[in-house]
Amino acid sequence: MCEDCGCTLNDTTHDHGHHTEESVRVMRGLMESNDHQAAHNREHFDRHGVLCINLMSSPGAGKTRLLEATAEALGGRMGMAVIEGDLETENDARRLRDKGVPAVQITTGSACHLDAGMVHAALHELPLDEIDVVFVENVGNLVCPASFDLGQHANVVLLSVTEGDDKPAKYPVMFRAADLVVLSKTDLLEFMDDFDPDNAARYLNDLGMEAAMVRTAAGRRAAIGDWTAWLEARLAAHRSTQRESRPAARDMTTVGA
Amino acid sequence: MHELSVCQSLLAQVAEVAAGHDSSRVSSVTVRVGALSGVEPDLLRQAFIVARAGGVAAEADLIIEPDPVRIHCLECETEHGVAPNRLLCPACGNYRVRLVGGEDLILASVALETANTRTSPTTENGEAHV
Ligand SMILES: Nc1nc2c(ncn2[C@@H]2O[C@H](COP(=O)(O)OP(=O)(O)O)[C@@H](O)[C@H]2O)c(=O)[nH]1
Ligand SMILES: [Mg+2]
Ligand SMILES: [Zn+2]
Ligand SMILES: [Zn+2]
Ligand SMILES: [Zn+2]
Repeated sequence: MCEDCGCTLNDTTHDHGHHTEESVRVMRGLMESNDHQAAHNREHFDRHGVLCINLMSSPGAGKTRLLEATAEALGGRMGMAVIEGDLETENDARRLRDKGVPAVQITTGSACHLDAGMVHAALHELPLDEIDVVFVENVGNLVCPASFDLGQHANVVLLSVTEGDDKPAKYPVMFRAADLVVLSKTDLLEFMDDFDPDNAARYLNDLGMEAAMVRTAAGRRAAIGDWTAWLEARLAAHRSTQRESRPAARDMTTVGA
Repeated sequence: MHELSVCQSLLAQVAEVAAGHDSSRVSSVTVRVGALSGVEPDLLRQAFIVARAGGVAAEADLIIEPDPVRIHCLECETEHGVAPNRLLCPACGNYRVRLVGGEDLILASVALETANTRTSPTTENGEAHV
């Protein structure tokens, strides 16, 4: 607004003799610099034939526990590493190293999401040549992490049965980004009166997507076979068509097709 | 709240535009924010007030243009405005739809003051406005 004449005409140029007000059309994406860094990260992963998976969820939905169970189940067959960005529990990286998984802890201070620059610094600390899959455990938050491309090839969103089954309706941006939704802690389903997996699936369908949903129980008696099957299939597909391996929602504006 | 970091990239872009036009005072910044962009307009407004301090946009207004969620149905070929969490065709119920609006997160334009030696207004690319 021009202070001298008080006008609010932002799209015009006008002259008061002292200055000229000019409107410049820009049309530039606000995430441009992050996206640029993310593309660079993706090149790193691709050069080493590494599949990168971004794990997102609310705090405590079971990301770290699922990674521990995954290491136990696939340790011999698949080289995995973890970029640990969840600040809720500082012990996460140590928990994974105890399972023999290379893990780099990102220390971000108070950030509520990871960005591509943080992941870049961490990926250079990993022996990518020896690794098949890098998991990024994102900050426990269903809002911010959805907006930042990290250079991953797939997004996995955990929804634990101790949360509401309407989370997909409340956080459409996050769940729409999911290539796979993991319904976690299903060993607790029998104690949860108001969580109905069919409702969760219906809310996901309302987002115009048929995102695959697998169930995991990663507690003492782990049952994560559907998850590891998805993971191994995704890795095999990634190797055969590496170029097209991108998170579904990022590239295609077509929903559900 | 990632709106603060979104604001920081916004202001970096604004500063570039201002420098490119020899301007030291930005009067308004217009962004397009879709309901599926992941950015909350209210939080962006709050973040802007914090982040703009001390720069060329210190006194700038933030103008937020909405980008409503719209889908094009691949089945019945109609277009509709829909809620962000109901991306189905309201006409035929199909979920095979193409999102045609709602994801924008864009710096649309910057209004700035330049010294009074200007010729005609230009776009970023130096083309004249129509
Ligand atoms: N019963 C049960 N508890 C789980 C399961 N997965 C994780 N947990 C527990 O939930 C809590 C949070 O898990 P964690 O993996 O740290 O969550 P994160 O914050 O998403 O990494 C821990 O106490 C886990 O032991 C599960 O499948 N079943
Ligand atoms: Mg964790
Ligand atoms: Zn690099
Ligand atoms: Zn945030
Ligand atoms: Zn239709």
